[in-house]
Amino acid sequence: MDKNKTITLFIQCLVDSMYPEVGQALVRLFEKLGISVNIPLDQTCCGQPAFNSGYRKEAKIAAKRFITIFESAKVIVCPSGSCVDMVKHQYPNLFRDGSPWQERAKAVSEKIFELTEYLVDVLEVEDVGARFQGKVTYHDSCHLLRNLGVADQPRRLIANVRGTQLVEMENSEKCCGFGGTFSVKYPDISTAILEEKVDNIVAAEVDAVVGCDISCLMNIQGMLNRRKSHIKIMHIAELLAQ
Amino acid sequence: MAEINTESYKQNAVKAIKDTVLQNALSNVQDRLGPATALAYENLPEGPELRLKAHKIREFAINNLDILLETLVDKIRDRGGKVFFAQDAAQATDYCLKVAQKNRVKMVVKGKSMVTEEIGLNKVLEANRIEVNETDLGEYIIQLAGEPPSHIIAPAIHKTRKQVAELFTKELGIPYCEDPPFLTQAARKALREKFLKADMGFSGCNLACAETGHITTVSNEGNIRMSTTMPKIHMVFMGMERVVAKLEDHDVLFRLLSRGAAAQNMAGYVSYIGGPRTENQLDGPEEFHLVILDNGRSKILADPEFREVLLCIRCAACLNVCPAYGKIGGHTYGYPYSGPIGAVITPLFVGINRAKDLCQGEPLCGACKKACPVDIDLPRMLLALRAKLADGDCKWNVTRASRMEKLLFMTWSLVIRNRTFYNIALKTGAMLQKFLPGQNGMITQMPFGFKGWTRSRDIVPLAKTNFLTLWKNKKP
Repeated sequence: MDKNKTITLFIQCLVDSMYPEVGQALVRLFEKLGISVNIPLDQTCCGQPAFNSGYRKEAKIAAKRFITIFESAKVIVCPSGSCVDMVKHQYPNLFRDGSPWQERAKAVSEKIFELTEYLVDVLEVEDVGARFQGKVTYHDSCHLLRNLGVADQPRRLIANVRGTQLVEMENSEKCCGFGGTFSVKYPDISTAILEEKVDNIVAAEVDAVVGCDISCLMNIQGMLNRRKSHIKIMHIAELLAQ
Repeated sequence: MAEINTESYKQNAVKAIKDTVLQNALSNVQDRLGPATALAYENLPEGPELRLKAHKIREFAINNLDILLETLVDKIRDRGGKVFFAQDAAQATDYCLKVAQKNRVKMVVKGKSMVTEEIGLNKVLEANRIEVNETDLGEYIIQLAGEPPSHIIAPAIHKTRKQVAELFTKELGIPYCEDPPFLTQAARKALREKFLKADMGFSGCNLACAETGHITTVSNEGNIRMSTTMPKIHMVFMGMERVVAKLEDHDVLFRLLSRGAAAQNMAGYVSYIGGPRTENQLDGPEEFHLVILDNGRSKILADPEFREVLLCIRCAACLNVCPAYGKIGGHTYGYPYSGPIGAVITPLFVGINRAKDLCQGEPLCGACKKACPVDIDLPRMLLALRAKLADGDCKWNVTRASRMEKLLFMTWSLVIRNRTFYNIALKTGAMLQKFLPGQNGMITQMPFGFKGWTRSRDIVPLAKTNFLTLWKNKKP
């Protein structure tokens, strides 16, 4: 591994505003791996909430801003599958075919990686030397699994954490019912889907549910807490930084 | 025309979620068929990649639809079949009624057909005192119950065997029994009489073949063969997109259709029908009519953004994996087409504003695309529909669905474009949230548009200091 490597981090807006501890874990993790991180201070949001709700003009504003801030980076790493999917697969479609902005979007889309994808596929690291005593289950987030094809990478990383036992839940690949604004616009449907997910997590009898997207985890945590469950949510960066 | 109740999506969803019988039925069908179909794709000799080839075949057909339809129609007419192009539901049902009345038809039998649901054929015939008998077991059950289908290929999936037993006891006068073979036998006996007496038979068309000039039907009960060969007249209803160029295309598509629909290698019965019976044939109808239905399809064909949805072969594989369909069931969609395919095609048929909840009311998880035997990108089209609702659209006559939401996202776009504004917004939020009720370090009740979230779950508050500020302060 190149010890003098520098990567640029895109911190998902939910991590920045609601789960700063995940960002801190991410930084600790890369420090541990001897990789220096660059975190542009003017970054905000990738625009996915607007895009998924249909507001493309507004999403484009976020996309242009993201491209301008991150296009000078060599490698962009982000602790969220759905944000990476947004940048990788939706940014190029936001701009007219052949336009300079589309070219810039494509260039950025080629160098962004989701955290576990970057660790396992690019750095070829499956054991980060982490230690965590407990039983965990892994939730596959939709865009990470289906649009980026990442399923094995996080599992391999978890399997190598000392003291951690990975218990597969039933239907881990099923949606948690978050879906961005869907969760507040259609709370009944969102809740019904989430109930099933939380039931499956509870049935796995674990100490924590691990995931690569804090948005799904936030949704799951919301119901676990309402049900007064002892099961904690854990972003994979937090587990790997232990 | 089918009844349109797409506006009641939210209320229907709540009702469906509370219906425990329905919830069990939906879990059963999804647990049984979803994984089995995925496995069936894996076990294809060509692997799941065959779906991409099927996509190309269907894409070619849709891009050459005019030529393929003309070839098909010429061949059918050469064999003495009659073909009618119906622009809309009314034209299709009018034509059907005219043929039925001319032949003094009193009773008809039907093979399962979603297109006839779309045009509301049964109602029109019944209003004209023609007895209609559905002969697919599932369709027969819901016809007796007076309900619309809740699944594209398993229309009575919402009914338990107990409900069917009660229904059959009441409607067929048989002793109460919950044994499925007994119930099937009872339906079979009742339907046999109808097949023998029917003056006219109806079927849909799974996929016509232009090269040979045949329509095809696929079934597992043999009822479509009976419906199409016993009565004197056979009338086929076919969506204008349901044709492919060559016979060899059917090999790929029917193997995938059977896997997508029921995780089968091949359906029990596949029939190729090209016209009325010829002089030297003993069986088959004397008259053969093919009704090719547009009903909004040309408009979809003309729009590059949505043309892809015409590739669909209506196998319902997307329903069997959709987390939203799995909770709300088919009736919630308020139109014959339900699930992810319904969420895209229904707004295009009945009006995007009118059916806005269908394309907005699901979480965009992408499972439908992976399950589709012809690899249709339904999530892409759901997003495209949402974009039309967000800002309005002339071509599809869409008006902006929510000014409030637009205003919110415009404000959002102002805030995210400047980190200083963004930090101020975060600080303000962190201050205001102190007034919200909480427990265990989490907010238990959110205000305004976020109320829905905290009906069933809590949420962590905004951090006192956000990550980027922490990072900035830490850096030397």
